[in-house]
Amino acid sequence: MFQMHNVTKAYRTDLLETHALREFSLKVEKGEFVAITGPSGSGKTTFLNVAGLLETFDSGSYRLDGEDVSRLDDDARSRVRNRKIGFIFQSFNLIPDLDVFDNVDVPLRYRRMPAAERRERITSALDLVGLGSRMKHLPSQLSGGQQQRVAIARALAGDPALLLADEPTGNLDSLMARQVMDLLEQINGMGTTIVMVTHDPELARRAHRNVQVIDGQITDFRPYEPPHHVPETAATPSYA
Amino acid sequence: MFAYDLRLALQSLKRHPGLSALMVLAVALGIAVCTVTFTIYHAMATNPIEWKNDQLYAVTIDTWGTEQAYDDQQPDMPPTLLTYRDATAMQAAGIAKHSAFMYKSGAVLSTGKAGTKPFRALLRLTGSDFFTMFDVPFEYGGGWTAAADQGPEPVVVLSHETNQKAFGGENSVGRTVRLNDNDYRVIGVLGPWSPSPKFFDLNNGAFNEAEDAYLPVRWGQVLELPVYGNTNCWKSEEVASYRDFLNSECVWLQMWVELPTAQDRDRYQAHVDNYARAQKAAGRLPRPLNDRLFNVGQWLDMNHVVQKDNRVLIGIALLFLGVCLVNVVGLLLAKFLNGAPLTGLRRALGASRTDIVRQHLTEVMLIGVAGGALGLVLAVAGLAGIRSIYFDDVNAYSRLTTIDPTVVLVTLGLALLAGIAAGLYPSWRIGRTAPSVYLKTQ
Repeated sequence: MFQMHNVTKAYRTDLLETHALREFSLKVEKGEFVAITGPSGSGKTTFLNVAGLLETFDSGSYRLDGEDVSRLDDDARSRVRNRKIGFIFQSFNLIPDLDVFDNVDVPLRYRRMPAAERRERITSALDLVGLGSRMKHLPSQLSGGQQQRVAIARALAGDPALLLADEPTGNLDSLMARQVMDLLEQINGMGTTIVMVTHDPELARRAHRNVQVIDGQITDFRPYEPPHHVPETAATPSYA
Repeated sequence: MFAYDLRLALQSLKRHPGLSALMVLAVALGIAVCTVTFTIYHAMATNPIEWKNDQLYAVTIDTWGTEQAYDDQQPDMPPTLLTYRDATAMQAAGIAKHSAFMYKSGAVLSTGKAGTKPFRALLRLTGSDFFTMFDVPFEYGGGWTAAADQGPEPVVVLSHETNQKAFGGENSVGRTVRLNDNDYRVIGVLGPWSPSPKFFDLNNGAFNEAEDAYLPVRWGQVLELPVYGNTNCWKSEEVASYRDFLNSECVWLQMWVELPTAQDRDRYQAHVDNYARAQKAAGRLPRPLNDRLFNVGQWLDMNHVVQKDNRVLIGIALLFLGVCLVNVVGLLLAKFLNGAPLTGLRRALGASRTDIVRQHLTEVMLIGVAGGALGLVLAVAGLAGIRSIYFDDVNAYSRLTTIDPTVVLVTLGLALLAGIAAGLYPSWRIGRTAPSVYLKTQ
């Protein structure tokens, strides 16, 4: 799905040079659910920004979905981001004065998608996260868990190849966090590759594998083993 | 995408109503000040007969004395008016395609109709060519003939407004009006016509309305009708009678000729030169030979219809607009950077820099258009204020303070451009910052 090889990234000021990623190499297969863990300041968010093409890097290479995206210009990075990557943020990052429907609509607008197709995708994505009946609600009228599910619907509406989640349950209580994780597992089960940054060891354990980052380098790496057995669930979970 | 950008722009403006109102007001004030000064300048600087600019010429002959210049500001310029004897001599030559000398006077006009009161009417005493030469539109009838000039025949042409006042706007051709103690047959009624500036007679106020009625110029001499406007004399002469006045060196008549081609112009210039030389030989024209033909544009320039102050005011108004725009730039920067987290989010979700710049420029254009519209309202109010303070409503100068469609279009265009100019840097700036920086501040 994606492969980073010897990626380095440093932040420079007049007085200081901070190496956020040092010869960072990681390969993620299609359909994987990878948890990135590590202490604060270890480079997890920088990795996520580089993986999400929100930031450039100094050296190394990065292939995403078969395409070398190491040296794309800003417009091309925006296009790839829009078509291939979905983001889920800790603080949901919904636009407060847009209703649920319009929030999910944002990435599709920048894809210049016809209105009918946008409507269909938005409706499907919101149905998937159990918020099909809340389309006209403003974010402020929803609970934290519901807001995060809107953010997940927004990330999914564009049918991304890669879902990047930065502490997706960090602002939620344990019940809601579990529900969001259930949803992410369900989405992963449908074939979407997920890379999730988390501090929570319990959540990390639910991923296919964990990657620990310290000082911008991978220190612990559990290789990917495709799941041999997918446990059957009694019923499709409901999040409404 | 424009509809989406417009929707986002409206939402953004609604999100910060106070700040948005402040920016609209800043643009509006700059635009209003510019519109007021442009309106006055535009009214002053327009050539009202542009299509005949190089065919119509004001005739001047330097008949002035040597002791003092006619115009201290322009000492090498001849007087702008002619003496009666020079005007009649030029008219008699018959060289120009059309020519007319003229002056302004006044009389009491009555129709004899029951219920209609006599009123004071301004008159233009002029030649028969006046109407064709200046492309004057007629609503009814037409002008008089050259024979009527010679008679003179008791004929009159009424302005549109006078016909409204005296005859309720009906076709009054063939009716009789009384001017002071004499009856005149109406042979024509003009359509609405009042060129501004009133180029053919700058002696009586460049922005005065055209006269109420037109008579053959010889009636002026027959009836000894007074001259309205300046009569300038340089020589000490005994003027005991109207005849003495006509024979004096006093200048008081405007003279215009129509010369369609450059050859016509050269031929006429040669004629005036020869005439002036002959007059010098006869002991007149003490100053060096200085007779000139001015086309309409040159005539308006030479007579300073547009004052230097007005040009300076335009500069000051533009500077003021610049100051307003600098303030708008500051406010926009503050507003856009305040909204940077949301912009960063949009970038993360796939908006390109171009998308972001376009979205913000749409907002800025909206501010520009709103500022332009409000500026126009303020300008109309400002012009009304100027009119009420400096001019009364019947004064012809009030025309200077009326906004015309050209000024409206220029104003809105200027507002849009001003908005875009003010928004370019903030929009570019917000489009440049890396999206991850914004997201960290979310």
